Amino acid sequence: MDRVLKKRIGKIVTWFLTFVLMLIISVPGLWVVLTAFRPNREVLAKPAIWIPQDPGWTNFAKIFGFGAEQIAIPVPAYFANSLIIASTSTVIALLIGMSGGYAFARYRFKFKNKIFLGLMLSRTVPGIALSLPIFIIWSRLGLIDAKLGLIIVYVALNVPFTIWLIDGFFRQIPKEMSEAAQVDGCTRWQAFWHIEFPLAKSGIASAGIFAFLTSWNEYALASNLTRSTDSKTLPVGLMDFTAQFTIDWAGMSAMAVIIIIPALILTFLVQKHLIAGLTFGGVKG
Amino acid sequence: MAAIRIRDVVKNYGKLEVVHGINLDIAHNEFVVLVGPSGCGKSTTLRMIAGLEDITGGEIFIGDRVVNDLPPRKRDISMVFQNYALYPHMTVRENLGFGLKIAKLAKPVIEERVNEAAAILGIDELMERTPAELSGGQRQRVAMGRAIVRHPQVFLFDEPLSNLDAKLRVQMRTEIKRLHQTVRTTIVYVTHDQVEAMTLADRIVVMKDGYIEQVGSPLEVFEHPVNTFVATFIGSPPMNMIAGRIVKKDGHFHIAFQADQTVPVAADLARTVTEGQEVIFGFRADDLMPDEHAMPIPGASSRLRLKVDIAEPLGTETILFCNFAGKDIQAKMLNPRPVPPGEVMDFSLAIDKAHLFDAASGHNLRN
Ligand SMILES: Nc1ncnc2c1ncn2[C@@H]1O[C@H](COP(=O)(O)OP(=O)(O)O)[C@@H](O)[C@H]1O
Ligand SMILES: [Mg+2]
Repeated sequence: MDRVLKKRIGKIVTWFLTFVLMLIISVPGLWVVLTAFRPNREVLAKPAIWIPQDPGWTNFAKIFGFGAEQIAIPVPAYFANSLIIASTSTVIALLIGMSGGYAFARYRFKFKNKIFLGLMLSRTVPGIALSLPIFIIWSRLGLIDAKLGLIIVYVALNVPFTIWLIDGFFRQIPKEMSEAAQVDGCTRWQAFWHIEFPLAKSGIASAGIFAFLTSWNEYALASNLTRSTDSKTLPVGLMDFTAQFTIDWAGMSAMAVIIIIPALILTFLVQKHLIAGLTFGGVKG
Repeated sequence: MAAIRIRDVVKNYGKLEVVHGINLDIAHNEFVVLVGPSGCGKSTTLRMIAGLEDITGGEIFIGDRVVNDLPPRKRDISMVFQNYALYPHMTVRENLGFGLKIAKLAKPVIEERVNEAAAILGIDELMERTPAELSGGQRQRVAMGRAIVRHPQVFLFDEPLSNLDAKLRVQMRTEIKRLHQTVRTTIVYVTHDQVEAMTLADRIVVMKDGYIEQVGSPLEVFEHPVNTFVATFIGSPPMNMIAGRIVKKDGHFHIAFQADQTVPVAADLARTVTEGQEVIFGFRADDLMPDEHAMPIPGASSRLRLKVDIAEPLGTETILFCNFAGKDIQAKMLNPRPVPPGEVMDFSLAIDKAHLFDAASGHNLRN
């Protein structure tokens, strides 16, 4: 009896703490969403107005150029840039990550551990510290304000992580699977596509999401390497809402929501894979 | 015809040589078992036959072809792995049919072959399940089914039973033997379990540290072990081994153990031993019998009076643990009755069936 009660109380406390923690984590995000739906004067009001008095879609209409009020920010162009840059760099990072991850998981070669360590160490350098050298090199190569320039940077940024993650997933697949397939008549390549790839799919999908989100949300490097609608991405575009003396918080929040939504949709689409994990019934349980 | 010939095959991992130039001939349709302690190079040898491991030196023939440079898919073999390695994302049916699909066989042919294999192994009921939904024994069957559907020339098994519990292991052992009798093919089977080797093999290959120690039928290996390693490795309980020295007593050779105990040297060995030679005397528990058996002992025998420390009843027989010349030895009693610890019993030791090994080289002096 006593123990049951104790267990119950423990559970309630745990849930309560979890709730509080989640609340703290979510508040900024919720605040952004809330702000996106209210006019700027309500945002700036003093004393603060907590509950939205006049919620509406005006901010979004403004951004996309509908309605009476308009802002001169080319959001559709930024959106397109973001999409192209993030997806292209993700696809490339995944291809490299798959090859690299497979190689690290399956083959023995010279300096394997050192190369792996080097890849991981490269992630310890803060991206911003690289911005100046990248800027100098990119300007020589004419890659400033070009989508390609950002794509290369994001691929470099993401590859160590995708390799690491995908290597882990391939490592979990016993090498006997591929060997059994080869005995069954496959070439190594066929064994990869028929057996190992389908089994590592969820790992590759997770690596893809992480790579996409990193590129999609990256601000520091993009703000250095982009200038115009040719290459500016959404996070950089956010700064367009700051004028010399005013900040359009409401507009900025609306745009932030626009940035968040595709990422959210993507995550939901792939989350099945993220949590599905791998079921290794093929080997002894 | 799928005889396998292994000629001076060497395997190196980097600088480390793990298989040291082995030679072996496996006949068409023969069931050969490679047996030896863990790490002796059995799997490596099998994987070289399969083509999953490069051959550092020497040659392997399957049929008339040198297969050294052929990938696994071109060797016309199939393999059952220790962890089964079923494809988890496919149903049992797809697992069985996978190799045939890759070989681009027509659908009806695949269907027919898969059903045939399923019938042989009694897995018809499981065809639409995935490997995760199978028990260990069922997975084992599916793995064997996957091996037989392609009608290969050679089956390779790498410790296929070691993940099963004891009861299932015995059952599957029988089934593998039956399988060999149904689909007559050359089989190379790897295990560290000498009982499996004895029960399954036409011929046993005993390996140790990357060398082949002895090749022979189960009975040959059991009755005529070439050295102390094979003698202790094959047979259960393991052969009793006692170090001693050859002495001459009344004009006959004896083996003298510590505490002045002696046993006469078998007549056929009298010519091979020399006085003062250090030897190891080996005999099986079956050859040390309580006198109360009242069973005739073939050939010469020697009487021993020993105190029983522990008796382990096994049903039809009882293993008696005694101390002889400072060493724990085991005897077998065939007419079980309760034996209280400390009971002193009279035994007869079948001298002619016992073995003498040279202490330095470990070689059986009878060969
Ligand atoms: N991939 C490998 N790299 C290095 N050494 C290996 C490798 N595979 C096996 N070995 C070594 O080769 C020896 C034989 O291994 P193996 O054939 O697997 O033994 P068994 O199957 O008889 O237990 C062992 O000493 C093992 O450590
Ligand atoms: Mg092994």
